[in-house]
Amino acid sequence: MSANGDVPEIEIVGVTKRYGEARAVLDSIDVVIEKQEFVSIIGPSGCGKSTVLKLIAGLSSPSSGTIRVDGMTPLNARETVSFVFQDATLLPWRTVKENIGLGMELERAPKDRREKEIAMLLELVGLKPVSDSYPRELSGGMKMRVSIARALATHPRVMLLDEPFAALDEMTRDRLNEEILRLRTEQKWTAVFVTHSVPEAVFLSDRILVLAPNPGRVHAEFRVDLPMPRTPAVRRSKEFDTLASHVAHTLRETIPQ
Amino acid sequence: MKRRAITVLNALIVFAAFLFLWQIILWIFHVPRFMLPSPYAVALAVLARFPSLMNALAITAEESAGGLIASIVVGVFVALVFAQSRWVRKMLYPYTLLLQTVPIIAIAPLILMWMGAGMPAVTLIAFIISLAPIIANTTQGLISVDENLVHLFLMHNASSRQILFKLRLPNAIPNLFVGMRIASGIAVIGAITGELFAGSGRVGEGGLGYSILYASSQLQTEYLFALVLAATVLGFAFLFLIMFLEWYFLHKWHESARAVEIE
Repeated sequence: MSANGDVPEIEIVGVTKRYGEARAVLDSIDVVIEKQEFVSIIGPSGCGKSTVLKLIAGLSSPSSGTIRVDGMTPLNARETVSFVFQDATLLPWRTVKENIGLGMELERAPKDRREKEIAMLLELVGLKPVSDSYPRELSGGMKMRVSIARALATHPRVMLLDEPFAALDEMTRDRLNEEILRLRTEQKWTAVFVTHSVPEAVFLSDRILVLAPNPGRVHAEFRVDLPMPRTPAVRRSKEFDTLASHVAHTLRETIPQ
Repeated sequence: MKRRAITVLNALIVFAAFLFLWQIILWIFHVPRFMLPSPYAVALAVLARFPSLMNALAITAEESAGGLIASIVVGVFVALVFAQSRWVRKMLYPYTLLLQTVPIIAIAPLILMWMGAGMPAVTLIAFIISLAPIIANTTQGLISVDENLVHLFLMHNASSRQILFKLRLPNAIPNLFVGMRIASGIAVIGAITGELFAGSGRVGEGGLGYSILYASSQLQTEYLFALVLAATVLGFAFLFLIMFLEWYFLHKWHESARAVEIE
């Protein structure tokens, strides 16, 4: 739609969010995310990092300030945005195939186009052998693949990911991290990725925002200049370690005593 | 398969032991047969009066099935209304509790007075008594949807119709089956209770409840036992039918469906 080159993908200006009379969850946040940027948000519990995603998705509205996605209000921009939740949030009564097709179905895409898209995505995320299985039969990592495939099915320009790999074991998590980067390189979407894991944030991101709680605010910002593509070797490099320990140290400052 | 055979065998052994104990008690205490007939005498009564027993069973089965099916249709509809808003729920939910707490024995005579004795009145009683568990369980299933799934649907600009039919309703199917399982048992109890008061439009052609009343007044204790047996079989048949349907529709995706199988 709006292929306006100079509009940033996501613009958050002076956004405060509070529930009722309580202390603000987020206090005048300013964040600009460029097109095709991969930004991770990290911070202790209660810093409002999930709230940021909900605001961008239009699932919650700011108490004050403005948010623009691709130059539009979050509600109007929904067609260009996909959300990946912490637990895979699949429909248990639908097979893998039918779950991947859900978003397209809700948006009333024609059936033949849906089937073509599903076949392509099954191939892309390596789920072809289980396409007719129900979520109950899948491992946590597989479920998350389905969830990611479902999000990609509607060709989003923006992917919002809310701790998608938090519940997975480390090996599966590393594999999916590499896969996310591969998909993003191929499909060129913008990503806002909420996580608890410093190594994950460093490995994936172009930029890391560290949030501090009470009230939620941006405490620090890191640019990640590690080489692309990020191969597993990058994880073992000295630069990776230096940046990770730096981020971890900054993160520790934000935890209230 | 082998384990299932052993389960059946165990059940049969327990049943045989029960019959044996029953017979022993008769021999030791010399209980008069109008108080407690022997298992053999009950079996003879079943055979001798098989057509009338089946007739009574069929009438009660029809009334309970009619009441149960009506309660499922109406109950799901009411639950769909309840699921629309918290406000509606708060206003109307207390009345479904009323439905559950009002003693059916107390209102059965009223219904019979209004509608006249006969199958429609008894079916209505079976319907009333089985309605509350259907409403309560289905409503629970419709409203207890994972918040993130609702968010997911909203992200794809889903209409409220889509959210209802593609998310809430499928989510409520397991709950509906729980409600149906409870309702199937009490629908039979409701029908028999209704018959105890109503009997039948035509003398001598009532269902199990009517026949139980008649047999006890005539001191036909063997036949009375046969009727009780028939009522139990009917309740079981309903329950198994529902459990089969539950397994059939849910076993592919729902966790509980696997637990239905007897260990």
